[in-house]
Amino acid sequence: MATATQYRVIGTRPIRPDGYGKVTGKDQYGADVILPGMLYCKVLRSPHPHAIIKAIDVSKALALPGVMAVVTGDDLPRIESSEKVSSGEETIEARFMTALCLAQDKVYFKGQPVAAVAATSLATAQEALSLIEVEYEPLPVVDDVLEAMKEDAPLLHGDLYTESLAGKGSKPSNIAGRVEHARGDVDKGMAEADVVIEREFRTQMVHQGYIEPTNSTAYVAPDGRITIWTSTQGAWDIRNQVATILQIPEGMIRVIPMEIGGGFGGKFTAYLDPVVVLLSQKTGRPVKAVMTRAEVFQATGPSSGTYIRLKIGAKRDGTLVAADAFMVYDAGAFPGSPVGGASVTGLSPYNIPNFKILGFDVVTNRPRVKAYRAPGATAIAFAVETVLDEIAERLGIDPVDLRLKNAVGPGDRMTNGVPYPSIGFRELLTAVKEHPHYNAPLEGKWVGRGFAAGFWMNGSGVSTVHLTFNTDGTVNLIEGSTDIGGTRATMAQIVAEELWLEMEEVKPMVGDTQIVGFNDGTGGSRTTYSTGVAVWKACQNAIAEFKVRAARMLEVDAEEIVFEAGDFKVKGHPDRSVNIREVIRNLRHTGGHFEAVGVSGGLKMAPAFGASLVDLAVDPETGKVEILRWTQFQDVGKAIHPSYVEGQLQGGAAQGIGWALYEEYIFRDGHMLNPTFLDYRLPTALDLPMIDTCIIEVPASDGPYGVRGVGEVSIVPPPAAIANAIYRATGVRMNELPMTSERVWRAMSQRQSRVEQEAS
Amino acid sequence: MKPFEYVAARTIDEAVEALASSKGPAKPLAGGTDLVVQLNEGRITLDRVVDIGRIPELKRVDVDAQGQLRLGAAAPCVDVYSHLNVQRLFPMLVDSASIIGSVQVQSRASIGGNLCNASPSGDSIPTLICLGAQAVIQGPSGRRVVPVEEFCTGPGQTVLQPAELVVEIVVPAPGENEGGKYLRFIPRNEMDIAVVGVGSWIRWEPQSGRITDARIALGAVAPTPVRAPEAEAALIGKEVSWDVIDEASRLAVNAARPISDVRGSAEYRRHLVSVLVRRTLLAALERAGVDVKDLGGEAYAG
Repeated sequence: MATATQYRVIGTRPIRPDGYGKVTGKDQYGADVILPGMLYCKVLRSPHPHAIIKAIDVSKALALPGVMAVVTGDDLPRIESSEKVSSGEETIEARFMTALCLAQDKVYFKGQPVAAVAATSLATAQEALSLIEVEYEPLPVVDDVLEAMKEDAPLLHGDLYTESLAGKGSKPSNIAGRVEHARGDVDKGMAEADVVIEREFRTQMVHQGYIEPTNSTAYVAPDGRITIWTSTQGAWDIRNQVATILQIPEGMIRVIPMEIGGGFGGKFTAYLDPVVVLLSQKTGRPVKAVMTRAEVFQATGPSSGTYIRLKIGAKRDGTLVAADAFMVYDAGAFPGSPVGGASVTGLSPYNIPNFKILGFDVVTNRPRVKAYRAPGATAIAFAVETVLDEIAERLGIDPVDLRLKNAVGPGDRMTNGVPYPSIGFRELLTAVKEHPHYNAPLEGKWVGRGFAAGFWMNGSGVSTVHLTFNTDGTVNLIEGSTDIGGTRATMAQIVAEELWLEMEEVKPMVGDTQIVGFNDGTGGSRTTYSTGVAVWKACQNAIAEFKVRAARMLEVDAEEIVFEAGDFKVKGHPDRSVNIREVIRNLRHTGGHFEAVGVSGGLKMAPAFGASLVDLAVDPETGKVEILRWTQFQDVGKAIHPSYVEGQLQGGAAQGIGWALYEEYIFRDGHMLNPTFLDYRLPTALDLPMIDTCIIEVPASDGPYGVRGVGEVSIVPPPAAIANAIYRATGVRMNELPMTSERVWRAMSQRQSRVEQEAS
Repeated sequence: MKPFEYVAARTIDEAVEALASSKGPAKPLAGGTDLVVQLNEGRITLDRVVDIGRIPELKRVDVDAQGQLRLGAAAPCVDVYSHLNVQRLFPMLVDSASIIGSVQVQSRASIGGNLCNASPSGDSIPTLICLGAQAVIQGPSGRRVVPVEEFCTGPGQTVLQPAELVVEIVVPAPGENEGGKYLRFIPRNEMDIAVVGVGSWIRWEPQSGRITDARIALGAVAPTPVRAPEAEAALIGKEVSWDVIDEASRLAVNAARPISDVRGSAEYRRHLVSVLVRRTLLAALERAGVDVKDLGGEAYAG
């Protein structure tokens, strides 16, 4: 790997190659796909959160002029096994994926697809839905994780048994899984503690809120070959899911990822793709489906709501001695909440000799959850980081100092026992203490400053890239990673750096499943790290071949060629050299064109730590929070394109602020009451402060330039930081997300009446 | 969305005729920021949509020499709040017109549309009530005038008869020593719907320091925007003081009959009524020329 600390292109801020298409609106997104003879698909969805489907009659819909096909769950193969498919940062049983596309026999959440129509117009497809007759037998609804865990709770699945390290449970349960991590003796540790804080926390389901709705268009050619144009973070995940659900060999399927309008972990799942493939198979015509926002909210995966009980004990000097975490994560209709992620993140930033972490994955009659930016970590960090704040306050220790005293370093172990490679948590905390924001005075009534830290493991996975060469001396870069955060720019920067070219001489594009070799999806903060390694390797492979070609041009042996600053030189004869552009231009004369491929995989973990520092004001009469100042800190290893790194930090903070103050699914008996952007409130530009960033660069152990993934951890600390600031401003500790104006007002009113009671 | 007939009327008569001759339900379209969404989501179905946005007199914003405002029913909010005489004479209307939706929405959405949509939380309605505005209605049987206060009859319900449309809103010229303020509470900072909206308007007599008239209108706390008569009575004839304002803000809650929904509980809404009545009264008094800093207490104007 490159050892130089001074780079020519890495660390600069070139204009993004995909910028023109974005700002002129000319880029093609999934909804822009229009094909000759294309049909429009609409999906009929269950009005019940839990019901048996007794009968479906589609005859009237089929009779409507313009309707070309109707499909139901009976048109999908029945998968009896517990085979799993990859869905980005998680796996899901294939039979449950089938149920997310079209229900078979039973519906488990409101909005679950029951039938789908392909028609010559959208209005006809919509009208046809009203002609489909479905007979349901409603079942009791389980709408709360704690209720779902009770012995006498109605069961969603008769064949679901609790899975844990101990094996499978003996009787069916809504508790799908149980995770446990432990170290030392918690009781002994608590007994040694000078201060013990125990608190309960609730958080609600929240959606990724990607602005581009889920969509898919498919065409099945007469020979059975399938092409899918879709909005996805992982084209290969979609291919695998479609192949599994429809029982079609992967080689028959080509998935073309279109430009993407946000994903945040939520766009790894083939909700519509198998359905439009089925309809195209039936009609022989291309079929397109685009969800409405209400469908996106109710039928794609949000992140889990949670119940968390946390107890932490510390010595008088701030040394943490024991922790006990009990976590319940709502999976929605089918198993697969991110409780596993929660169990290895929340307490992992700190060295705690005695702890016990118990987590449950619980099913309810709600939408099946999906990954959302650092899945599982934000809710547990909300608990851990507010309890630590309370301990710091109780002990009279600066909150950052408390964390510094207990912070993990390289070689320390995560809660699952895995030792950390190079990490920069202590460096990050030190940077916070030295930052002007932390040291600025904050005065006035009803204002407060809050701090919280966060941790995310980051993924690696497999990436493949191809470099091809043009006779004008430029280079094509084909990556298979969906570009969400600017990877065409950052990957091109690596090529420019390694091959000593200008940024404009590198032409990056995102390939589909048939153009480029296998790629894991754009998730888990893995792309810059892992795809970056693939690009770096492809560059080294290219340089090796260029040396051979340069040797031919210079009429020496390849061993005599060295590559320096863009020139291939003959060792000991600095005047005899040829520039890389000349080598590229002459490829066809020196042995013909070739392609350089780079494949990455098996990289070491490159974990990320982040922190949020916030100043805010609370309106004492309404409870409304106004953020006055925000600084987001993160150890990024090395920022390839600092603007995009800052953008990731700001984006994560913005979403974290949404979790903290506004966003929540509001349910009544399994019915979401606010499936619109009016009543599910994302923060707008007018609700956010300028989010300042502070980049810390502690190189990762592996990978090019010491890069770490940067996409996810920034969402982890904001809710806790805001809660801690609200406490400083008002004296109330918030233990439920979101901390809406009404909840803050209520907490303040209750505190006021307590104070008055105590006074009288 | 079900297909419907679209008619672009060039005159008011054409619009009335188009509405009257429709086979099934028909509605006028001004900016469309409510109507199109309702059609799109299937909350209403129409046989005919009559576009009134191309009728010149429905787009005008006129303040005459006496200071009376005549507002074409389809005039977009941006034309209202950027009108210099509206800014000078009716700042309370600017409060409302400038917070309905985003800037993009404001360049289409009209005050007339906001009124006819008759949402309990419509941001212009409490203001129009406070300012004593009247709605001029035209239909197959001619013109009639209805005070805005009596216009809404329930959520989405108005006094409009089939084929009638609002053509104009008339706001009387302001007098001396008057002031009004509209404020709403929303969870976010913009582009949101009022959890509670309050308009307060007062007239006072600088010589005696007494309030001579007051109107308080509450939004989003009843099926329609409502007046708060007890609070108004507690102000009229009184000398301006912190206690009088405080008392009025407390009494205003009696006029609220809020529901609990996803935007807020009834209890929170009642509390917000008192907070916003106090804040709007202070701001209204300030606009009327009262030096509110002299009043003591903790002023949260604006």
